[in-house]
Order: sequence, then structure tokens, then C-alpha cells
Amino acid sequence: MCLAVPMEVMRVEGDTAEVQAAGTRRKIRTDLLPDVKVGEYVLVHAGFAIERVQADQAKEDLALIQELIGGVP
Amino acid sequence: MKYVDEYRQPEALRALAQTIRKMGVSGARLMEVCGTHTMAAARFGLHDLLAGVVRLSSGPGCPVCVTAQREIDLFIEMGRLSHVTLASFGDMVRVPGTRSSLERERARGARVEVVYSPMEAVGLAAQSGREVVFFAVGFETTAPGIAVSLMEARRRGIRNFSILCAHKTMPAALEALASSQIKVDGFMLPGHVSTIIGARAYEFLPTRRGVACVISGFEPMDMLQSVMMLLGQIRNGSPRVEIQYRRAVSREGNRAAQEIMAKVFEPCDVEWRGLGMIAGSGLKLRPEWADFDAPSRFQVPVPESKEPQGCRCGEVLAGTAEPWECELFGQACTPEDPVGACMVSSEGTCAAWHRYRR
Amino acid sequence: MTQDRVLLAHGAGGRMMGELIERVFLSRFSGTGARLGDDSATLPVAGPVAFTTDAYVVDPLFFPGGDIGRLAVCGTVNDLATAGAVAEWLSALFVLEEGLEISVLESVAESMAAAAREAGVSIVTGDTKVVPRGAADKMFVATAGVGRLLRPWPITGAGAREGDVVLINGPIGDHGIAVLSKREGLAFETDIVSDCAPLGRVAAAAVQAGDVHAMRDPTRGGLASALNDLAAQSGVCIEVDEAAIPVRDAVKSACEMLGFDVLHVANEGKMVVIAAAADAEKVLEAMKAAPHGEESRVIGRVLAGPAGQVTLRTAHGTTRLIDKPAGELLPRIC
Repeated sequence: MCLAVPMEVMRVEGDTAEVQAAGTRRKIRTDLLPDVKVGEYVLVHAGFAIERVQADQAKEDLALIQELIGGVP
Repeated sequence: MKYVDEYRQPEALRALAQTIRKMGVSGARLMEVCGTHTMAAARFGLHDLLAGVVRLSSGPGCPVCVTAQREIDLFIEMGRLSHVTLASFGDMVRVPGTRSSLERERARGARVEVVYSPMEAVGLAAQSGREVVFFAVGFETTAPGIAVSLMEARRRGIRNFSILCAHKTMPAALEALASSQIKVDGFMLPGHVSTIIGARAYEFLPTRRGVACVISGFEPMDMLQSVMMLLGQIRNGSPRVEIQYRRAVSREGNRAAQEIMAKVFEPCDVEWRGLGMIAGSGLKLRPEWADFDAPSRFQVPVPESKEPQGCRCGEVLAGTAEPWECELFGQACTPEDPVGACMVSSEGTCAAWHRYRR
Repeated sequence: MTQDRVLLAHGAGGRMMGELIERVFLSRFSGTGARLGDDSATLPVAGPVAFTTDAYVVDPLFFPGGDIGRLAVCGTVNDLATAGAVAEWLSALFVLEEGLEISVLESVAESMAAAAREAGVSIVTGDTKVVPRGAADKMFVATAGVGRLLRPWPITGAGAREGDVVLINGPIGDHGIAVLSKREGLAFETDIVSDCAPLGRVAAAAVQAGDVHAMRDPTRGGLASALNDLAAQSGVCIEVDEAAIPVRDAVKSACEMLGFDVLHVANEGKMVVIAAAADAEKVLEAMKAAPHGEESRVIGRVLAGPAGQVTLRTAHGTTRLIDKPAGELLPRIC
């Protein structure tokens, strides 16, 4: 546990949002992440956005990994 | 898929595995405590990549597997009432109780609806007018959503909705594991539970128990990086809580979700299948929300619950036995015909082994 | 008064039944070359034939990319195709729930006729029964089919041999996801449509291009089931490369979201072809040139053992087993 998938917020309307990932779309509840904005990526679990994905963190982490790969002969 | 594919790059996985080997730390016993980690490790063949260097065993991280038999039996009893519709996540449908399962009950005429979200169960109650009982299983990732569904039901005046609350919380269980006889050098902590409760919820583990802790994401790259970080802590003798899953987990966690959860639920002592009673490790409805408690609402005979003979799920869950050490594994207990929850749950340790490794 | 719903009387064998059959079925199926009207059809068959039957109970009846009618025709055509037979004659049996709108029935019949024309088959005989409300879920269809073998011997699932190459005609998981997207309760949207299609020509192209040892269409239970069946029947080990198995992005994301293994998701327009290594390239090219074969790929190979095992080689070089799905595909949160 637990399955949560990063999905892009396309529309926010009250306590629901429309999200999509690679062509799969659904409506989710935003009660747990009330200030979610269009364009952000959120982790979706059981029909709720439970947290946003920090884009800058992700970029940093991936850059670190690339460095690591580069450093291994 | 964004934020998924980038973490599955083959060269990165191989490079990380190589780096881990070069660290020269051997014999470390790591434990993951999340069914999704169990499945990811098996699906991506991480054990092969780490073979000979690190032993990653599975702890009680599958909420389906740790749900006490008694609760499944009780849920089934409620479903035998003619005016009740049972609603559940798909994960629970095939889990065997003492005598039956939701799947079997459905074949016998019980109304069982599989839902993806507790909100659908609320909608079902509103639409159908039948008494809908939702099986509230899951850890802190899931409990806030169930709390929202109760708030929604109350707001909309939907009175024919209730839950069988079987939620459990991670920190207390981890404490129990860390202080047990099982030698655990490091915990790979559940990334999504952690998005809710935050890294600070685990700080007692390294300080009180000296266990290395890394909060890990679920992609193979996340998990390998976490192993690397855990071995680093172990090698340096500096156990602490580190966040590998930095793109989603903070020290504080999701405050809004924590508050919603605390409004509806309070801690209680519950029985974990295989681990016994763990104080303060469960959630129950607060008195103000007790009208949503299904067992209080429906007077059903509490059936005598019995663990199946020969089933070693408890030991497998606690990490003291491996699936193949159970006599029933692959013989009397298979995914098609499961005896214990470890086999039927899609993320149970035994299921993962049978499906991917054998 | 023109009936707009199916009544029990429509199944009673009298005038109303005759009128229903004429109005809905005969008018449409005769266009496929059928000679309907008698209780049985006689077929001008000489030589070995393949014979198959299947029932169709899909819910919802209409889904993106198809419907129960198209499913029924293609399913039977494809079962014959896996044996290396070209389907020619089909029967169609309908069990109808009292109250079913006749317009629905007509749409299904229309779709079957179109699928039959596309596949080059005739629907030559059939039956209709009506059961009381609640005794069936709207409509069940069963078809049986007969087809002439392309070669004097049938192709079975037992012919795979060590060294053979494993091919598939396109991306997996489309059908299952398309159908699920229309189910109540899962509440997700996708542009994915079912891959439901007749594969007679793809199979024939493969068989005529080279030495095909085994074929199987991965329907319920997905590619995982089909490969396990082939490995077990042939007593070999099948290894497939994860990076080579085609999956559409939208199918991948739907599976991730619902917790499905795409290898377990149903297909209705896919054929696994196992051919001698020496002929692999010819067979691949021939499949690509056939309708519904354009996206054909090589996805793996046959090894000597362990017999009955199916393994997946991940993109990063590890291997793991591919097991059959244990039961129905259920969305999970864990």
C-alpha cells in the first residue's frame, strides 16, 4: 500500500479537479489538497489528491541520478 | 508517463545497482513495510539486482494482509442482511475469512460492490437507498479520504452510509517490529503514507531503536536509491530519518489531511494479523462520528474467527518466515485458491513471490 | 403495432418470433451470403475443418470500438484463425431478456453483419430464445464457426519448439481498458477503443509466409494467460522482452492508475504467433502487410525449459515470472 499515481491537474472546480496522465482522465476530490492549481501534478490515491509532486525537487533528484550514472564507468 | 518513466530508466537502474555493490556493505537486513514496495521489488526484479549484497525482506505493509480475520468475518455477516450492500476496494474481494470471502458471498446472493473511491460508496448509498457499508481498510494514505467521505455523507444528509473501520497506522507497528526479535538494520519507509504523516512521525525510530530509516518512492530508481541511502547510514553508523522521495514527502506531511483525519478518527488498540495486538496502532471513529459505525448500527452475530491450519501468514508478515518456508505455499495455498491473506492480496508477500519469483 | 421491446411471446415459436427473426436478423444476415430459413444449414465442406464455439456476455453491450455483436463474430473467427483455419460459416444464438429494446437488438445485428462482411464469413443458422426479465442480463450471444484449414494439419498450442520466435500483431490491453472505462464506478475517461477485429487474414498471412508452429489469441486473462497456455501445452519456456511488448501510453497510464498488470488485460484483436526462427522475418513482414497486422512485432523467444514457465526480461536486464491472473481483474488501492 499504496497505489498513487502522478497526474496533471487540468481543471479545478470547487472540491473536485479533472486530472490526466498520458491520456487517462478522471475527476478527483481535492479536499486533502485544497489549494491545488491547474498545471500542477498531484498524487492520486483512491479518488483523492493526497499531495502535489514538487517539480523542482524531481528535477534535482533526476539530475543527481544522472550524475551518478555518469560517474560509474 | 511523467514522473514515472524517468524513474525506470534501465541504465540508471544498472548504475545504481553497481554503486550499491561498490559500497562494500554486506549482510545488512533491510525491511520494507509497504505492499506496494513488495510488488514493485518483485515486478522490477530488484532482488536480482541486489542479490548477494542486500537482503530486502517484506514486513506487514499490506493493509489487506494485516486485517484481522475477525473483521472480514464481521463484514461478511453484515452483508448477509438483506437490506445491506457491501462496498469495498477491490483488494478485499478475494480475501478469505474463516468460512467465506466477499467473492463467495456475492455468488451466494450478497450485494457486493467494488469501488475505487469511498466517495463512490457514498454515491451508491444516495442513489440506491439501501444501507451501504464500506470496508474502511488502509493506512494513513487512505484514512483521510474515508474521513472526507463521512463528512460528505453528513453534509448531504445521507444516513444510509456507514463504515467498518479497520484502519491501521504505521509508526506504532514499526516500533513493535523494531523492538521485536527480528534483526532489522534499516527500514525502507512507505512513501505514500509518509506524504500524509510526514518524516517527523518516524523520528523516534533511529533515536530510540538505532534503525536506519529512508522514506522511499515506488519506482525502481527510488527504491534502489533508498537502499543506497540506507546502506550509507548503516556504514557510517548514523541512523536517522532521510527522505528519498523528496518530490512528494516533507518533514511535516500534509497538514490538511492530518487535520481531517484527526477530526473523524482517534487512535485505538487493534489486532494486526500475524503481529497480535499493537497499542495505539489503529483508528476508530470519534464519538461525534460514531453514528457512522457499522458494527454499532447492525446487530449481527459476531462469528467465531479462526486462523486456517498451517497458515504462516503471521510469520511471513512479521518477516520471520519466507513464503517458501510455509508448507502450504504453492500447494494448498495458491493465488487461485488462497488460504491466507498474504497470498490473496495482490501485494501480499506470498502473492508477489508466487507471481514473480517462485 | 410495431413492438419496441422484446416480449416473451417473441421466443414462443409463433408468428411474432418469425417476424422478429425476419425483421432483425434475416434482413441483415442474408447480405453476408447466408441462406437462412431452415433449421439447419448444409455446408459444402470437403477436407479437414476446424470448429469452435464461444459465448459472449460482455457488459456494457456497446463499448468504444465495438459491441457484443462484433465481439461475437470476431471472437469465433479468431479462434478458428489460431488453428490455421479460415472461418467461413458461423451460427449465431441469442438469449434475450424480456424487455430488451428491439433497437438495441437491431444495432447488434447490424454490427454482426458488418463484422461478418469484413471477415468474409456467412452467418448461416441461428436460434433465438427469450427469458423473463431478470433471467439474463439484456442479451447473451453464442456463436459457433467452421473454417477450412490452410494446411492439412491444424496448428495447435502444442507446437512451439526451442528456438522459435514469438510475435504479436500489435499493442495489448486496449479492449479491457476500453470496456472498463464504460463501467459504472471506475469513473475514468480514455480515448482508447477496443481492438476487436477479425484476424483471419493476419493468421493466414503468417501461415502462408513461413513455418508457424503455434498460435493463440490472448483474450480474457490477457497476454499472460495465452503465453502460459502455450508454454504449458508445448512443454517449453517462453521468454518475452518487456521493452518489446507494445502498449499504448493511455493503456499504460490506466493500468497504473487502477493497479492492473497490462499483461492480464483482455484483448480482442490480437494474435500470438510462434514461428521457426529461420522464418521469423518473413512471417513478421507478412503479418505487417495484413489488415490488423500493421503493428506486428517480435516480442520474445522459446527456450527449452523450465517447461510451462513464462518469464519477462525487464528493460534493465532482470527476469521475473509472468503468472496467469488469479481471478477477475479488480481495481486496487494498494
